[in-house]
Amino acid sequence: MAEFIFERYNYWAIILLMMVGLYVTFQAGNMIKRMVGLSVFQTSVFLFYVTLGKISGGSAPILFGRDYPKDHGGHGEGDHGGGHGAEAGHGAADAGHGEAGDHGAADHAEQAVDELGRPFVDGHIEPGHVGGEPLQEIYSNPLPHVLILTAIVVGVATLAVGLAIIVRIRESYGTIEIDELREKDIEHAETEASAEPA
Amino acid sequence: MPIEIASLLPDGIVRHLPVLVPAIPMLLAPVAAAMPNWRVAWALALFSILCSGICALGLVDLVFNGEPISYALGGWAPPLGIEFAVDKMNAPILLLVSVIGTLATLYAMPTMVKEIPEEKRSLFLTAYMLCFAGLLGVAITGDAFNLFVFLEISSISTYVLVALGGLKDRRAYHAAFNYLIMGSLGATFYVIGIGFLYAATGTLNMADIASRIPELSDSRTVHAAFAFIVVGLALKAAVFPLHQWLPNAYAYAPGFVTVFLSATATKVAFYALVRLLFSVYSPELDFQQVIFTWVLAPLAAIAAIACSFQAVFQTDIKRMLAYSSVAQVGYMLFGLSLATEAGLSAGLFHLFNHAMMKASLFMAIGGVLLSLGSSQLKDFAGVARKAPWTLTALAIAALSLVGVPLTAGFLSKVALFKAALVEGWWWAVVVLAISSVLAVLYVGRILESAFFKTPGPAQMNVKEAPVLLLIPLWILALANIYFGLDASLITTMTDGAASVAFPGGQP
Repeated sequence: MAEFIFERYNYWAIILLMMVGLYVTFQAGNMIKRMVGLSVFQTSVFLFYVTLGKISGGSAPILFGRDYPKDHGGHGEGDHGGGHGAEAGHGAADAGHGEAGDHGAADHAEQAVDELGRPFVDGHIEPGHVGGEPLQEIYSNPLPHVLILTAIVVGVATLAVGLAIIVRIRESYGTIEIDELREKDIEHAETEASAEPA
Repeated sequence: MPIEIASLLPDGIVRHLPVLVPAIPMLLAPVAAAMPNWRVAWALALFSILCSGICALGLVDLVFNGEPISYALGGWAPPLGIEFAVDKMNAPILLLVSVIGTLATLYAMPTMVKEIPEEKRSLFLTAYMLCFAGLLGVAITGDAFNLFVFLEISSISTYVLVALGGLKDRRAYHAAFNYLIMGSLGATFYVIGIGFLYAATGTLNMADIASRIPELSDSRTVHAAFAFIVVGLALKAAVFPLHQWLPNAYAYAPGFVTVFLSATATKVAFYALVRLLFSVYSPELDFQQVIFTWVLAPLAAIAAIACSFQAVFQTDIKRMLAYSSVAQVGYMLFGLSLATEAGLSAGLFHLFNHAMMKASLFMAIGGVLLSLGSSQLKDFAGVARKAPWTLTALAIAALSLVGVPLTAGFLSKVALFKAALVEGWWWAVVVLAISSVLAVLYVGRILESAFFKTPGPAQMNVKEAPVLLLIPLWILALANIYFGLDASLITTMTDGAASVAFPGGQP
């Protein structure tokens, strides 16, 4: 039981953050605090995606060790030179997107190839290959990180718009407390409804 | 389909139609922001939306007279690259959004002058174009995460548009803030759901996810994903009881924004819900049947009754119609929850009709507001004598909302009744009938006040709405009658859409 709980510590952290965020979003009387709660809530989702991409024992998706391209001279982790590092990084991007290079397509001449020369297996581009060779080392999945970069940008934009609206609310109502705002709105509605037909 | 336009367009454009639809308004939006003269910005907005409309028409032609289109963005083949997938389900939605967008842009010209200060008009139109582009993007994308990005592009610009109503009535700021909180929560719920789906299937392409879900139908991850996605999208579509943001946002937003949003934003979110429930998940999955019958259908029924009831007691006409919108979402949801081809087709049919009638209702009310300045029901006393053209169009749309024969609303309600009776859901027919009676009451209150009360001194200043406002209003009002006589154009599209949801025919 304890093992079950502790093995999944990342999920507990996410759930905790998520609940704290949701609670603050609904409970806080101050609008800025609500925005903070919303941000915490969104951050917990970012964290969720990032932990999805982690594979135990996997390293950052940059080619190393047995996968490091031999014709570039380097072999093994220690051999990363500055220039080679850049090359390897480029190769990793390919691996991450699961495409094979041009000579990979040539090796499997019978395979279907799309217009960019990437081999297809059962209608899908086959992942986990670089230059036609299967990957030897374990890498984490970079895709969730890319998704979350997008989601972070969306979150920042939401936060900015939210704060801008709060500035306007402060200017026109003189308060940013939800309860006071609601009271003023109700007063407004009552005077509007009880006023003689204009 | 009687629409044939693709053959008139050059080949290079036809090949890239899917990406052009959202890209044109999105790329022209920053250009419009830089325009010092807001009339130029308005012309740009109209131009870009017309271009999108022509592209959408072309897509409807290609899809209904041919095969579904898959467009690989940047040449990255799906499922790894982002795919724009156009089929019979989303091409009609694209057309709806761009037609309403075009009419709303025409309508924007005279109302903007009244409601938005001059230095903000270019930026206002920019936000509008971004919102428009985002909605089209949601409708066209075949990638689950890309859908979230487009959803947020449209939502964030919507918050800005609603908040602009605060220049006239400060309550719009409060409404926009609540909308922002709820909308962001909804979008984040959707992202959590997509995260679960990605964890279970390892892909983000909708078609690819769909092909892997049947073997995972017992997986708890897939079930959790379903719950998060449904809640998130239902919030965006204002499905009862997640509709609390809607009445205030519609009531206090600038008139033009209300017209555009009421006819498109919730509709597109509803489409996204249909897409996820029918093309990604499948209605044949056991747990989904349970959700349809025991969660969505009762919610639809409660929405149709409770929100119509609330609408009857509103004193503000815009709020009244906003509550009515939530009730009408209940109708559409009801068609969806039948989980039959006829039911889904009827639900989408109602979606189209509701877009037409709500857009024309809000347009007419906005037209009166220009010279009256108050949307209180009691201030509408006798305005029909001063602005007969505006109010006649309003009456036509209102009758269509009730579902009077010879109007579009009648045909879609009949279609819903038929679909429900085939399934033996007689209780649902009773619910919808009660809701229609309630609609008679609230619509009757508006018409009674506007047509039969004697105008007071304030109503003496009411003038007929400007011509540029009357044109889109009457186009929509006449469409309500035309499609009430012959709805074959819309039903061809909605039947096509339903056939995509049930590729194997009737379950």
